[in-house]
Amino acid sequence: MSLLSISNLSLSIHGTQILERVSLSIEPGEIHGVIGESGSGKSMTAFSVMQLLPDGATCSGELRLDGQDVLHADEAALCAMRGERVGMVFQEPMTALNPLMTIGAQVAETVLIHENVSQAEAMRRAQDALERCELPADTFPMSRFPHELSGGQRQRVVIAMAIALRPKLLIADEPTTALDVTTQAEILSLIRKLVDEDGMGVMLITHDLAVVSGLADHITIMRNGVVVEQGEGATLYRDMTHPYTKALFAASSHQPDRTEAKADAALLRVENVTRSYALPRKAIFGAPKRFVAVDNVSFEIKRGESLGLVGESGCGKSTLTRAILGLEPLQGGVITLDGSPVLSGRQADLSVRRKMQVVFQDPYSSFNPRHKVGRLVAEPFYLLGRTATDEEIEVALTSVGLTPSDKVKYIHEFSGGQRQRIAIARALIIRPELIILDEAVSALDVSIRAQILDLLADLSKRFGLTYLFISHDLSVVRSITDRVLVMKAGKIVEEGATEDVFDTPHHPYTQALIDAVPKLPDLDGIDIGRS
Amino acid sequence: MRNLVLGIALTALFVLGALVSFVWTPYDHTVLEITNKLKPPNGDHWFGTDQYGRDILSMIMVGARTSIAVAIVAVGIGIGLGVPLGLTAAAWNGSVLDEIIMRSNDLIFAFPSLLIAIMITAVYGPSAFNAIIAIGIFNIPVFARVTRGAALSLWTRDYVLAARVSGKGAARISFEHILPNLMNLLIVQGTIQFSLGILAEAALSYVGLGAQPPTPSWGRMLAESQTLFMLAPHITLFPGFAILLTVLGLNLAGDGLRDLLDPKLRRVAR
Repeated sequence: MSLLSISNLSLSIHGTQILERVSLSIEPGEIHGVIGESGSGKSMTAFSVMQLLPDGATCSGELRLDGQDVLHADEAALCAMRGERVGMVFQEPMTALNPLMTIGAQVAETVLIHENVSQAEAMRRAQDALERCELPADTFPMSRFPHELSGGQRQRVVIAMAIALRPKLLIADEPTTALDVTTQAEILSLIRKLVDEDGMGVMLITHDLAVVSGLADHITIMRNGVVVEQGEGATLYRDMTHPYTKALFAASSHQPDRTEAKADAALLRVENVTRSYALPRKAIFGAPKRFVAVDNVSFEIKRGESLGLVGESGCGKSTLTRAILGLEPLQGGVITLDGSPVLSGRQADLSVRRKMQVVFQDPYSSFNPRHKVGRLVAEPFYLLGRTATDEEIEVALTSVGLTPSDKVKYIHEFSGGQRQRIAIARALIIRPELIILDEAVSALDVSIRAQILDLLADLSKRFGLTYLFISHDLSVVRSITDRVLVMKAGKIVEEGATEDVFDTPHHPYTQALIDAVPKLPDLDGIDIGRS
Repeated sequence: MRNLVLGIALTALFVLGALVSFVWTPYDHTVLEITNKLKPPNGDHWFGTDQYGRDILSMIMVGARTSIAVAIVAVGIGIGLGVPLGLTAAAWNGSVLDEIIMRSNDLIFAFPSLLIAIMITAVYGPSAFNAIIAIGIFNIPVFARVTRGAALSLWTRDYVLAARVSGKGAARISFEHILPNLMNLLIVQGTIQFSLGILAEAALSYVGLGAQPPTPSWGRMLAESQTLFMLAPHITLFPGFAILLTVLGLNLAGDGLRDLLDPKLRRVAR
C-alpha cells in the first residue's frame, strides 16, 4: 500500500477550479518531485494533503495517507496528523521560524504538542533532530535564536522541526528556492540522507527541473491544476511525451540567440572601488569597526558587451550595483561611465545617470501601484528634464512586446512576466547605453524567463545595449553573457570569458559554485522540441 | 461591509442633522421658555425640553455642528502638519532632522490633550476655537508617527529605488510615490481620529473648556444635566446617545474602510 495515495483529487475555491483530477502516489522511502510553474496547483496539492486550505475550498476525489481518509477526517484527527505523520518545510526560512523562541524550544514544541512527554525529554528529542539535520550541539547550541543563524542553517532548523517526530511523509514546498546554490546543494543532500535513514516519503515541490533531476525517484509535472506527465525520475527526461514537459525542459536550458560583442572601448570603468559601512559602536573609545561590502573592486565593461556578475547573497553585488548607479557614497576608487564619473562630490551626476538604467528582481514591488503604466514607464524622463511624448511611451511598450493601449492600465492588471517587460520598457525609454539587470529574471517561471532572455538578446542587438547582468543563477548568466565576474565577500575572485570560466574555473570558490549547480541530464541527441 | 454601511449611515444622520440646523431647527435653541421646562419627550418636543425649557432636539442638531466642526478642523490640523512631518522624518530617516521631529512628537504625546487645553484656556480663555487647537495639536504626533512608520516600509520598495535612479529627490519621491500609497491608511486613521476628536470635544466642553453658552455643545449639555438626572433622565440620555452613536458610527466606518481598502486585512467571506 502506498504511503500517500491521491486519486482524482479536484479542488475548487469559491467556484474557481484549482485542481482537476490529480492523481499521484508516494511510497515510503521515495522522493517524489512535483514540478510546475506558478499557478500550476503544485502547492495547493500539498496543502490538500495537510488540509490547510483557504476558506471556501471544496475537495472531491480521494486522498489517503497511510490508509486513512484525509478528506473526510475531522479537525481533531487532522491536527493529530499534521506534524505527527506529515511534516512540512516551507520556502522562506526567514519567516518560518518564530524570532522570539530559541531553535531548541521551537523544535521541542512540535514534540510537546503531539506527545505526552516531559520538557526535558522533548528537548532531548529536539537535540536529536537538530543533530540529524547537521546542527551539532557543540557548534549550534539549542539556545541560539533564529537571527543568529544563516539562511541555510535556519532551513535546517525548519527541517528538524518537520522531522522531529519522524513523520512518514515530508512535504517540502520549494525548500531551496530562497537559498544560494551551494547551500541548496547541502540542503538537498540532507533531505536525501534523511530519506535513506528513516524511510519516509518526501513530496518535493519545485519549479526547478534541475533540482529534482538526480534526486527524485518519481516526478509529476503539473500545469494549470492538471497532471500532464508522470514518470520515473531516472527516465522521465528521456521518455517525456507531453509537449508541455518538452517546452518546460527546453525553456530550462534555453539559449537566447545572440551575437558576440565586438571588442570596443570601455563604457563603464570601475577602479579600485571600496564601500564600507560603520558597524554599531561596541566600545566607548576608538573608532567603530567597519564592514567592507565592496573591497577594492576593479573591472570594466566594453560597449555592446554583456557582462555577468555572479555571487551568493551578501557578497556585495547589490551594493556594487547601487554604487554604479551613484546611489552609494564611496570610500575609495572611482566609477566612470563613458569617461565621466558617476558621482560628483557626494551627489550622483544626473547627466551621467542618463546613460544607464536598471531592472530589478521583483516585478511585484518595482512599480507604484497607484500610477498608470504610461506614467510608470515615462519616469526616467525626469532625468532629461522633460516629459515623455505619447509616441515615445508607445514605442517603448511595443519594443518589449506590449501594446500601446497598455499605457492606460494599472500595474495589477499584468502578470509577473509582463511586469518585467514593463520594467525593461522603463529602463529602455530614454535609450540608455548601459542597462543593469539586477536578478532581473530570477523571480520568473522558466518559460517566461526564456522569453525575457530572448527579448533582452533582441533589444541588445537592435539598440546596441550594454548589459551588466547580476545574478546568483549561473545557468542564466552562462546563457546571456560574454564575460563573467565571480564575486565573494566583496572581492572579485575570478574574471574571464564566460565559457572559459564555466569550463575551467580556477578559483576554488568558482569551482564550488559551479559544482553546486543542479544539472539537468545531458540531452544530446534527444529531441525536446527545440527549434 | 455591513459595518461600513451602518457606520456611514449613522455618521450621515448626524452630519445631515448638523447641515439642516443651519436653515431650520424645530425651535430656536436660544429661546428660554421656563414654563415649559423639563418636559419629557412628547408630540411638540420629540426629545423633550431642558431645565430652561429649550428644545433638546434643536440643541442636539446645533450641537452636532460644533462637534463635527471641531473634529474636522482638528483632524485637518493633524493631517496638515503631521503627515508632512512624518514624510520628512521617513525621507531623511536616521538623520538629525528625523530625531528632532520624532522627539518633539514624543514630547507632545506626553501631554494629555486635556492638559494642553487647560494650558491654552489659561492663556486665551475658553472657546470652541481653543478646543480645536488643543485637539489639533494632539493629532499631529498621531499622524506623524503613522505616516513615518508606513513611509519607512514604502521607502524600501524597488519602485522608490527606480525613482531615485531617475534622479528624483526625496521630497519629490515622498509626494509622488509615498503619499499616494499612504492614502488608505490615512483615510482609516482619519476616521478614527475624527471620532476621538468628537469625544475630546465633548470632554473639553464637559469641563467647561469648549464652546461657551449660548452655543450648544453635547458635552456641556451632559454637564448641565447631571444634577437633574434623577428628575428628568431624558435631558442626559439624548446628548449621551448622540455622542455614543456618532463615535460608534465613525469607528464602524473606519473599520469598514480599512477592510475595504486594505486587502491584507480582508478575510474571504465564508
